[in-house]
Amino acid sequence: MTTLAGSFTYLVTFLLMMAGFFIIIARGNLIKKLIGLGIFQSSVYLLYVGPAKIVGGTAPILAAGFTVYSNPLPHVLILTAIVVGVATLALGLALVVLIRESYGTIEEDDILKLDILPEPETEQA
Amino acid sequence: MSITQHLPVLQVALPLLAAPLALIVRQRRVAFAILLAASLACLAISLALWNHVQDGSVISYAIGSWPPPWGIEYRVDRLNAFVLVLVSGMASLVLLFSWRSIEAEIAEDRHYLFYTMFALCLTGLLGITITGDAFNVFVFLEVSSLSTYVLIAMGQKRRALVAAYQYLIMGTIGATLIVMGIGMLYLMTGTLNLYDMAERLGPLQGQRPVLAALAFITVGVSLKVALFPLHQWLPNAYTYAPSAVSAFLAATATKVAIYVLLRFYFSVFGQTIFLDLPVRPLLIALALAGMFVASFLAIYQLDLKRLFAFSSVAQVGYIVLGIGMGNAAGLTSSVLHLFNHGITKGAIFLLLGLVVFALGGTQLSRLKGLGKTMPITSIGLVICGLSLIGIPGTSGFISKWYLIMAAVELGHWWLVFLIVSSSLLATAYVWKFVDVAYFQSPETPAAAGRALPLTMVLPALLLTASTLYFGIDTRFTIGSATGAVASMIGAQP
Repeated sequence: MTTLAGSFTYLVTFLLMMAGFFIIIARGNLIKKLIGLGIFQSSVYLLYVGPAKIVGGTAPILAAGFTVYSNPLPHVLILTAIVVGVATLALGLALVVLIRESYGTIEEDDILKLDILPEPETEQA
Repeated sequence: MSITQHLPVLQVALPLLAAPLALIVRQRRVAFAILLAASLACLAISLALWNHVQDGSVISYAIGSWPPPWGIEYRVDRLNAFVLVLVSGMASLVLLFSWRSIEAEIAEDRHYLFYTMFALCLTGLLGITITGDAFNVFVFLEVSSLSTYVLIAMGQKRRALVAAYQYLIMGTIGATLIVMGIGMLYLMTGTLNLYDMAERLGPLQGQRPVLAALAFITVGVSLKVALFPLHQWLPNAYTYAPSAVSAFLAATATKVAIYVLLRFYFSVFGQTIFLDLPVRPLLIALALAGMFVASFLAIYQLDLKRLFAFSSVAQVGYIVLGIGMGNAAGLTSSVLHLFNHGITKGAIFLLLGLVVFALGGTQLSRLKGLGKTMPITSIGLVICGLSLIGIPGTSGFISKWYLIMAAVELGHWWLVFLIVSSSLLATAYVWKFVDVAYFQSPETPAAAGRALPLTMVLPALLLTASTLYFGIDTRFTIGSATGAVASMIGAQP
């Protein structure tokens, strides 16, 4: 575990996490922010799935010749997390579409500028 | 098995079933009826559960008859039974309020979608509270969060969309950090059951992944709690959401997040790790900063809804301060304030909903002479404002009293001074409303606005009255809170 190879998945996990987090903070484009959020969430998938995989391990089935098993539980948990991630991304993109329709831009700076102006008293469609 | 044995799962299953039903019927009236029935049933169930655990017993329910720790366990003790009562009670009142309130704020063809989302939000909040499984906490957290983003985006102004987007980004970061922390705990202990985890964490105290998990969970949940300085999403979300949504979120969402914090600190990590690490000074420092900075910001707001949103951040500070002090009195004050502030803020946002209904907005410039045009609503807001300050006779006083007692017990006299002086700031922002409502005359004397429907007035006044009631008759609240704290501290391995 102390070797670089042993902690490779952890390194990749945190590299992805920080890369995603950086995009969320540094980018003003609402869609790019969501891409960053997607990468940020993906890092967690690796954190769970990486340690659960055993080299040469199979699914936990009783059959002759198989004695090394990988733990299926983390994989199942991450399936759930992936579904959550997809739902979040879909909702985020839907919000961006609505923001584009009512503001005419998806750049955060422009939206902040428009918000300073007194808002037209129209209800959103 | 009789039906009463299945109450814990019904608590979550009923609103979960109500959501697709409301979506299928596509009719505002039927959707509302389904939801109201489901939330009232939830309230009855939560009261029954609360009543059952008052003797100190714990209800453990194995989902699908898979015994814990292999299966998912729902576990009810005195702490989460109390939170369940708050959440389901607020849901019922807010639903009743929403019937006429969303008529004015959301397009008619979207009402059934509003009720669908409301049902999912309720499912999520009740699920987080009742479950005894770490990964379940994350799943229900996302169920409630995703539906909350949609509910906020249903606000009238286009800024609601941006507020929802910002909350989505912040909320997802928070949830991802939480699931990261849970993942580390799972890797270290090999279990997801919170209580099994607590036992297995015993010999692992002080190991770095466990400490990292504590850090991840603390930061992630603090984002959902809106603990200063992670509160940036809250003011906009509360301001631009429809009135009913603001009331429901202010009364329940942050409170459930605080419950998660309490659960992880005291039931999973245990008091020793909590006492050894510099978590408590950090919580105290952030809570104090929140109490002062957010109260200062509240004073300068021009929109009453936004003013009380900042006040929420400050009040969350009091709750976290109690956790940070960590002694029995401090925790009691936290659990008490969790409930008392829930009903007070719920009442305030419902009353503001009445103002929006009658006048179309809550900007202070519109509210001149509100004491004359809407006398009952203004009195209600003043009463709730007094509760935020902590005047004797209101529920806010009770929790603040316990908070000060806790600080005295620890000998932190400077903390007593700071708690009292931050209450003065609360006086300043509440006075701002009083000044506009009672000492400025209305610009157009005849602008009395629309007549208020009973289904809106009743929940608002009921909550205002309970703010007063729980300031005088404290048997229910203090009894539950001390019981909850006993079960928290007593659950130490």
